[in-house]
Amino acid sequence: MSHDGHHSVVIPAPGPEFVPHTVAHHFDTPVQEFQAAKLGFWLFLATEILLFGGLFAAYFYFHEAYPETFRVGGHQLDWRLGALNTSVLLLSSWTMAMGVRSAQTSQKQKTLLFCGLTVLGAVIFMVIKFFEYQAKNEHGLVVFSELFAPYDAATGSIPWFKDYHGVMAGLPHGHLFFAIYLTMTAIHGLHVVIGAGLILWIMKGAAKGRFHAGYFLPVDLVGLYWHLVDLIWIFLFPLLYLVP
Amino acid sequence: MTTNVPVIDSHAAAPQAGRKNFLNCSQGFWSWAGTLDHKRIGIMYLVGVSIALLAGGLFALLVRLHLWKPEGVLFGNVEYNQIFTLHGAFMVFLFVIPAIPGSLGNIVLPLMLGAKDVALPRLNLLSFYLWVTGAVLATLAIVLGGFDTGWTFYAPYSLYTDQAVVTIGLAVFVLGFSSIFTGLNFIVTTHKLRAPGMTWFRMPLFVWAIYATSILQVLATPVLGITVLLVAFERLYHIGIFDPRLGGDPVLFEHFFWFYSHPAVYIMVLPAFGIISELVSVHSRKPLFGYKLIAFSSLAIAIISFLVWGHHMFTSGQSTYAMFAFSFLTFFVAIPTAIKEFSWVATVWKGSIALNSPMLYTLAFLVIFAIGGLTGVILGALNVDIHLHDTYFVVAHFHYVMMGSIALAFFAGLHHWWPKIFGVIYDETLAKIACGIIFVGFNATFIPQFIMGSRGMPRRYATYVPEYEPFHQASTVGAMVLGGGVALMVFYLVASLFQRKTAMQNQWGGVTLDWLSPTPPPLENFDEPPTVTTEVYDYSTLDYKTMQTPVA
Ligand code: HEM
Ligand SMILES: [Cu+2]
Repeated sequence: MSHDGHHSVVIPAPGPEFVPHTVAHHFDTPVQEFQAAKLGFWLFLATEILLFGGLFAAYFYFHEAYPETFRVGGHQLDWRLGALNTSVLLLSSWTMAMGVRSAQTSQKQKTLLFCGLTVLGAVIFMVIKFFEYQAKNEHGLVVFSELFAPYDAATGSIPWFKDYHGVMAGLPHGHLFFAIYLTMTAIHGLHVVIGAGLILWIMKGAAKGRFHAGYFLPVDLVGLYWHLVDLIWIFLFPLLYLVP
Repeated sequence: MTTNVPVIDSHAAAPQAGRKNFLNCSQGFWSWAGTLDHKRIGIMYLVGVSIALLAGGLFALLVRLHLWKPEGVLFGNVEYNQIFTLHGAFMVFLFVIPAIPGSLGNIVLPLMLGAKDVALPRLNLLSFYLWVTGAVLATLAIVLGGFDTGWTFYAPYSLYTDQAVVTIGLAVFVLGFSSIFTGLNFIVTTHKLRAPGMTWFRMPLFVWAIYATSILQVLATPVLGITVLLVAFERLYHIGIFDPRLGGDPVLFEHFFWFYSHPAVYIMVLPAFGIISELVSVHSRKPLFGYKLIAFSSLAIAIISFLVWGHHMFTSGQSTYAMFAFSFLTFFVAIPTAIKEFSWVATVWKGSIALNSPMLYTLAFLVIFAIGGLTGVILGALNVDIHLHDTYFVVAHFHYVMMGSIALAFFAGLHHWWPKIFGVIYDETLAKIACGIIFVGFNATFIPQFIMGSRGMPRRYATYVPEYEPFHQASTVGAMVLGGGVALMVFYLVASLFQRKTAMQNQWGGVTLDWLSPTPPPLENFDEPPTVTTEVYDYSTLDYKTMQTPVA
């Protein structure tokens, strides 16, 4: 971006391994730039919460309508794996916070290390999630190969819900719990993957020395995003695995 | 800009002849398609929403032509359903919601605040391309077989029909995020980029209106996003949330949908209120009556509108107590709305009224919106609505607000800021004629719909009993007149770009910052960053010379 005749504000780099930051032309001060981005990002996080809010509303509505389905359905989930995943995410929130802190104090190697650990946490989370999904697949509670097969109105059976062991037999709309479980965890999982991608992008910038005490805005924002992903899981875990 | 301006110029061109502005400072496809300048993005939005308006208008004319005879003229039932759905979906999602914030909001809001740009220019460009993506997906959905659910996508029909509901659902989801990002951007801009001295109560009311709109966009749209996503999932893998065969509840869909879509009617109308507030003041050359009342009533509307969605569901079988509450609360929305209407009329009263074409469109708005708002109150009355629900009375009500008020306010704003944006003025005589044609055509279209609606003509039907024929025919003739008026308007506006009749620096004598920047504005809006020292709408500060100085 070149803007004729106007001088931009430049934040100097604290050392040779860092690069200076040029404040966008339409801001007068770095503080203004920082606050604007921060406010915008908080608003964005609010929309994310509202988006999940719709899913939570659906969860509560049907929990109310078919309590027995949700109770038995919840018992089919392995709370130990859920708890393990919760710990992994909580730990990764801590490493992310340390990553942000390291960027704020111009510690390049530490920033890279902690961000790397956070990505590792995301990977572990997704691997565990994969095994959970696989178990559901084996018990016929969510048969992934049949997920998008057409619904047969004549027999009234949902192709992806086979329930091989009959655990939901006799309960009203047994598939509903697993459909909501799948939808909520899959959308959350998508957020984990996006978050990991963003952190990798941060690491690329950090390696180039873009982030330091004078400018760490993107690290801060991605950190916030990661905490939100964590926070949503903190609600999902008890609702799906424990409450029923 | 009377003649061609030398474009390749060194730094800061002389302020007189050939002054550089945002239109001529760079050229070529990418200088537009990749621009981060809020004014250029606004113009691209203007082109986009105008195309959507014309497409939506064409579908409307097809609907009206079809209804010329009781048995229908042009289409079979399925095609008819597709055409009216296309009309509604294009108008709501591609035109009415993004039109004013995307185009005029983008161009004018930073100018009014004395800022160089919006706070997040890249996000602004992303919003625009999300809009484009949504438009492409919506068009794709037509190619893939169309969709016939109405713009409301009610379950369970939207789950069973064999048409391209997933694609249009995706389009709505993407358009939702376009709208969210625009709102988010404007909130941040208003908080962080006000010029020195621009306190909250010195902000022009257009800014207040856009600000209130933005809050609604950010808080309501995500719920629509997840709702259309759930409809798509429901079709793809049968969750069962909305499908009664699978234990779901279609009324839950209606709750989700209207939780967004009632606030959405104010997402649509608040920017229009903002335009009208500016225009009544400038063209009556009088400070606004009840400035703070208007500002706060926008916020009041934003809040109350989250509490009334159930008035769209009086016949859905929701609980009786909920219906009482929703009906009661609906009457409350009318209070801040009426405060605005009265304040505008009081502003015009004893003003030095200049009947310029933007003012004519504004006056047309004042008349039409009074009818649109009052018929809303009629519908909010529970016992009346049980009879009027899903009749042409509802159709006429929301067209009085969405077409007659919002589209007319958009036209008014377009005429008002046209000389500011392009530095040229259109043919005033043609503009006044077109405004008259549009006003007459509009009322001729929708007054018959009020009458036949109150006599029981249901909406969304491809055929009807013969006793309604005269009303339908009157409405169709009116729609043709209305279409002709809009075509004339498009003609003289586009023609003005080629005739290049030079506008004045300050064409109408505005005193807000948008009129104090050079016309057309330079890339960064002001030659010197402005400082605000006077109250808003203080016409004693008007420099009459700027009204007689042609743009350089
Ligand atoms: C000012 C901008 C307004 C807009 C854009 C607007 C828009 C709409 C729309 C689109 C519908 C039709 C929904 C459908 O598809 O069935 C509608 C219906 C309704 N509007 Fe408005 N409206 C506005 C103002 C008002 C006001 C001020 C009130 C009342 C105080 C009101 C009360 C109603 C009611 C009760 C219905 C439901 C009618 C029914 O479906 O039976 N509206 N409005
Ligand atoms: Cu409503």
